Amino acid sequence: MDAIDKTIFNDLRATAGAEFVTDLVNTFFEEAPAMLADLRSARAAADAERYRRVAHSLKSNGNTFGAKDFAAQARAIELGGLAADPARDIENIKALEAAYNQAAAALKKLTHG
Amino acid sequence: MADSARLLVADDNKVNRLLMTRSLELLGHRVTVATNGREALDMLRRDTFDLMLLDIEMPEMNGFQVLEHLKADKQLHDLPVIVTSSLESVDNVVRCIELGAEDYLSKPVNPVLLKARIAASLEKKRLRDELKVMLHRFATREVVQDYQQSGLNLAGKRVRASVMFTDIRGFTTLAETQPPEETIELLNTYYTLMFDAIQNNGGVVTQMAGDGFMAVFGAPVPRDDYCAAAVRTALEMIETMELFNLERVAGNKPPIKIGIGIASGEMVAGYAGTTERTTYTCNGDTVNLASRLESHTKAAGRTILIDGATRAGLAENAKVESLGPVEIRGKAVPVDVFSVELGQKL
Repeated sequence: MDAIDKTIFNDLRATAGAEFVTDLVNTFFEEAPAMLADLRSARAAADAERYRRVAHSLKSNGNTFGAKDFAAQARAIELGGLAADPARDIENIKALEAAYNQAAAALKKLTHG
Repeated sequence: MADSARLLVADDNKVNRLLMTRSLELLGHRVTVATNGREALDMLRRDTFDLMLLDIEMPEMNGFQVLEHLKADKQLHDLPVIVTSSLESVDNVVRCIELGAEDYLSKPVNPVLLKARIAASLEKKRLRDELKVMLHRFATREVVQDYQQSGLNLAGKRVRASVMFTDIRGFTTLAETQPPEETIELLNTYYTLMFDAIQNNGGVVTQMAGDGFMAVFGAPVPRDDYCAAAVRTALEMIETMELFNLERVAGNKPPIKIGIGIASGEMVAGYAGTTERTTYTCNGDTVNLASRLESHTKAAGRTILIDGATRAGLAENAKVESLGPVEIRGKAVPVDVFSVELGQKL
């Protein structure tokens, strides 16, 4: 399965402009690692509210770029909230990070050739 | 393209903020951004915006809390807000609408929908603003505020207040001796001067008929010093008329004399009429007495007449002359009437 839904991505380019979308993707690359780190830190602090909010934010960005798998995993974390067993959450975060790496690689290819 | 509007985007996510700003700028609008709810609220209180696009999930203060603050804020409660979020439950969307949001758009926001919803919200705001201007033209600030806060309550409520009736002496004769255009111009100047004095003292003009009008002090906004406010206004009105008459006499025009009657006490204040056509007014014995006192100024040869209740509401040292109990038409027993000495400061 493609990490990025091309229809969504191309629509975004068509409406916002290709150059702008490249800049937007770069912003995402700057922001997402800190957000993923924030998700881990919220899990470590057992801060359910922040955990849910950061996952929600990542989901939103994933949907914007058509990163469907990444967005779906972020959504699952948002809706699931903190699990009784922290190890399960850590596994989910790891999987989300992997999905991000795939999405980021695909986005880089699409925007930087 | 629609006229450029000033929009505020509140979103903690940088990618979302940039994309929303871009979409709105492409629609020709001017955009300012806030990174959380608290910042957005501060900006709204400092600056003027036509519409806000509000995210819900934000740190510091979330979108629901922003909507709650706006709802309770007299200055901001009718600012149109479009919530843009990817809320997972319909209940949350309903909550936004219940808290006063104009519309809800789920993220990622479809640009065509965004354009249509913003245009619709701005159009609704334009109509609301126009209505506000109309209301202000036909009613005073206090009445507009009362209407906006309490709605159109045709039942009326009991208040303690002072009512003033004013009339121009010999107006019919005056109107017959000059062209109608001049009479209209005279009335406009007269009303402007008198309403200014009334408004400066917190009074509300409730009725206008020809050259006479009625004003109330102490409603719709209650106040303890309604008697003093009404009499102070009457004195200012007479002072203003004296200055106005200097100009008229200099222009070879006859001076204008007015008579003022004031009565105080309990009355029923509220909107009278139907839900289609209505006016804010006061009714009751006190109102009738004020009207009779104004009529009596001619027979008494005095300018400002007040009843005993108004006298009791003034400071001890207020200069008034008792005219004794006076037979007033419509009153079973004679009424204590006082004439207010002109030229004093209350």
